[in-house]
Amino acid sequence: MILIWMICILLTGGILCWLTAQRLPLLAKWIALLTVIADMLIACWLFRVYQAFPDNTSWFINYQVSWIPAVGIGFHVALDGFSHLLLLLTFFLGILAVLCSWNEIREKTGFYFFCLLWSLAGISGVFIAMDLFLFYFCWEIMLIPMFFLIVIWGDARRRYAAYKFFIFTQVGSLLMLLAILALYFIHGQQTGNYTFDYFSLLHTVTEGATAKWIMFGFLFAFAIKLPVVPFHNWLPDAHSEAPTAGSLLLAGLLLKTGAYGIIRFVLPFFPEASVSIAPWMIFLGVTGIIYGALLAFSQTDLKRLIAYTSVSHMGFVLVGIFSFSNIAMQGVVMQILTHGISTGALFVMAGMLKERLHTRDITKMGGLWTSMPALGGVAILFTMASAGLPALGNFIAEFFILLGAFAANPVFSVIATLGLILSALYSLRMLQKVFMGQRTVTEPVKDISAREFIIMAALSISILVLGLFPQPVIDTVRHLSTIHPSIHE
Amino acid sequence: MSELQLLALLPFIVLAMASVIVILLIAFRLSHTVIQVVGFLMMCMVVFATWYVKDTLPKEIAPLFIVDGQAALFTGLIIFCVLVIGLFSYIYFEEREENPKEYYILLFLATLGAAILTISQHFISLFIGLELLSVSLYALIAYLRNRNNAVEAGMKYLILAAISSAFLLFGMALIYMETGSMKFAGIAAALGPAGSSPLFLMGLGMIIVAIGFKLALVPFHLWAADVYQGSPSPVTAFIATISKIGTFAVLLRFSQIIHLQNYPLAITIFSVISIASMIAGNILALQQQNLKRLLAYSSIAHFGYLLVAFLPGNEAGTEAAIFYLVAYAITLLTAFGVIILLSSRQREAESLDIYEGLIWKQPIVATILAIALFSLAGIPLTAGFLAKFFILSAGVQQSVWLPLIVLVLTSVIGLYYYLRIIITLFSSKVSTETMPKTIHPFFHISTYITLVIMAGLLCWLGVFPGIILSSIRAFLLLH
Repeated sequence: MILIWMICILLTGGILCWLTAQRLPLLAKWIALLTVIADMLIACWLFRVYQAFPDNTSWFINYQVSWIPAVGIGFHVALDGFSHLLLLLTFFLGILAVLCSWNEIREKTGFYFFCLLWSLAGISGVFIAMDLFLFYFCWEIMLIPMFFLIVIWGDARRRYAAYKFFIFTQVGSLLMLLAILALYFIHGQQTGNYTFDYFSLLHTVTEGATAKWIMFGFLFAFAIKLPVVPFHNWLPDAHSEAPTAGSLLLAGLLLKTGAYGIIRFVLPFFPEASVSIAPWMIFLGVTGIIYGALLAFSQTDLKRLIAYTSVSHMGFVLVGIFSFSNIAMQGVVMQILTHGISTGALFVMAGMLKERLHTRDITKMGGLWTSMPALGGVAILFTMASAGLPALGNFIAEFFILLGAFAANPVFSVIATLGLILSALYSLRMLQKVFMGQRTVTEPVKDISAREFIIMAALSISILVLGLFPQPVIDTVRHLSTIHPSIHE
Repeated sequence: MSELQLLALLPFIVLAMASVIVILLIAFRLSHTVIQVVGFLMMCMVVFATWYVKDTLPKEIAPLFIVDGQAALFTGLIIFCVLVIGLFSYIYFEEREENPKEYYILLFLATLGAAILTISQHFISLFIGLELLSVSLYALIAYLRNRNNAVEAGMKYLILAAISSAFLLFGMALIYMETGSMKFAGIAAALGPAGSSPLFLMGLGMIIVAIGFKLALVPFHLWAADVYQGSPSPVTAFIATISKIGTFAVLLRFSQIIHLQNYPLAITIFSVISIASMIAGNILALQQQNLKRLLAYSSIAHFGYLLVAFLPGNEAGTEAAIFYLVAYAITLLTAFGVIILLSSRQREAESLDIYEGLIWKQPIVATILAIALFSLAGIPLTAGFLAKFFILSAGVQQSVWLPLIVLVLTSVIGLYYYLRIIITLFSSKVSTETMPKTIHPFFHISTYITLVIMAGLLCWLGVFPGIILSSIRAFLLLH
């Protein structure tokens, strides 16, 4: 029940923001902030309860009411360690998203925060829905507010980016809907129980070609979201045209829903079929790592550059998932969290620079260190995190993934390791172009304000903590080793 | 004819009386308001009559009619639509040059035609219903006879509808020649289990042409855009909803009784028509700048989707189709309601320029339109999504994969133009056009309230379809 409250708080908070912003724009901002903080507090409290939970390998909150009984649709939400970590990430980045749009959004504030909070509500719904219909429902709900965020408050080419984002994801999700329906009827014919419930559908026996086709339906949606390389086309446009908070949510959370979907649905539903395509998926993952890194290196648009690093990092996630190794799976979860934080931080930084310089073009920046040393320091931290420097969270994640993948597929993991070198290249290039070198900006620029300092401090602390003490995270998702029969130590 | 049979026909008798009463009222030269209110009350009486006779169903009035649960559902839907359209007509016609009184006679007659289609089980009643509908529509479309578009649209509809009626009659004659019966059940019996003679198939083909014309399916869709654009907006709403619901109802009954899914050729033809409609409708709408024309193309596509639910010919398909029609009717009426509300005396609110940045000027109206468009696009939280979901589910159950894949891909294409209008609504550049003052605050406000209720209904149906679904099931059991 508490899970539903969390979503309801976000939904009502969003509506309140919209209603109050007409008269008191400031109040709307505070409502938005307090709403997400309230949810964060609930999630933190639950985390403590969960740690004390005797058997933390299973589902410790499981709430179910019937919704459309005529077709076997229930309102079923549940929480395990994996979902829980993602919820924490959602609310953490949610707070930062509200904070970093505090001054950036000057018009239509109410509707903006409405979209932001509803999008967060959809994302949290995706992470806790245990009914496939509900999952699809939330999957779509998170898109529409995001679409509005891009199309109303985005940059110059926002319409193009928004169409592309929406249409790409919609193709995937409709095919997933077909796959869900096929699974529903197969399960119904086998057992006589027509239901969309996740735990019942887990027992569906699908074989051969059928399993493969249904799996492709799911995989297609998640591969577009993740994104896997041939389907990544929407990502650079959407990320670079969205407002700062939009990029933060896109990179930090929306991409993670793809990874979550593969781990939660594709592997357990189709154990055999997923093994049979694993080499191909690892191949695509490695391609993504190299291709994303190379393209990131050649960008001149700061946000596009960061967007392509996401493609590269998400390649690691794909490699990790399909190497079916316990340690790689732990690395994947770490990567999901740390990529959310580090890339989120880079997008926030890009947003701050844009607010001051009114450009995203890194050839027009340079020598900014002298005027903004504090931001420069933070930037170094996060470019290093992105490049996978030890002591920072991303290192643990990528190291674990490569360790796990090496046993499964040595050749590809060696190639994937090249990605780490390339990431050092693009990170350093970015740092050099923006903060070092000749000073090209003549007008004075302010260093970060107290509000921005809070954002950056929160992000820096969390990436450090994850890098130095990853054990609690690893403990929380230990049960993921049981989702697929072939996952080994 | 027994008393009970008469009782079962009560809703239709009341409906027929409505137009007679309007004629009498006109003879006494009463005002538009009185006619409007009386019409509204008469339609409410039809609803009550349907409710009152519900327990006596099903009842066959041999040989022409059968009043069962399915017919009651479709009639109820039709009456709901005409109630809303009637309300919209007031503010629309009060501002136009033409005297609106005769309009209501025609409106109720056309509704009667559509209602007869839902209960007919015989070629004669089918033809009478269809002609009643068409002939009233000729006049309704060209009602604003001083406007060029309207006359052109009326002529186009007249000629094409006449041709399609000819096809229908010829098809009926061929089937009659083959089977010796004009009653659907009689035809089914005469054909037997193995029967699919060339004559029958030819007749069926001719009937499909006529039905395809009425439903504006590809390749019989050429009239749709012009007629939608040229007719007065309430009439467009009528063609898009009531006329198509009635025709679909009779198609459904005919195919149920003769077991259409036993004729692979017919099923293939319907699949092809459905796929062609989905593709052509969506692609033609892509670059459309005129909202009414866009809705015309979108409704071509939507009836393509609907046929996907119709193809399997099973219970789930029928349920899905009826739910789809309910969602579709509410959605389209909402969209047309907004168009009518924004239209001024001189021009219809059909060009997309008028909608530029509407959300910042008239937030409620724009939100309503946005909800309707999301519902047409099939986005969750709106009825349109669940409707599409049930169609997909009916299709997956019977594994009609090709039309399903086409449905999925074309609805993605469709997203583009719905999003285009939504983006226009939310654009930061606000249209400079000023809204005309309203002359009739009461009717204006009630139209407004109706729109809010219907948008709320769309969201409610999109989240809690349980009640509607179970009542559709309950009614379908009455046969």
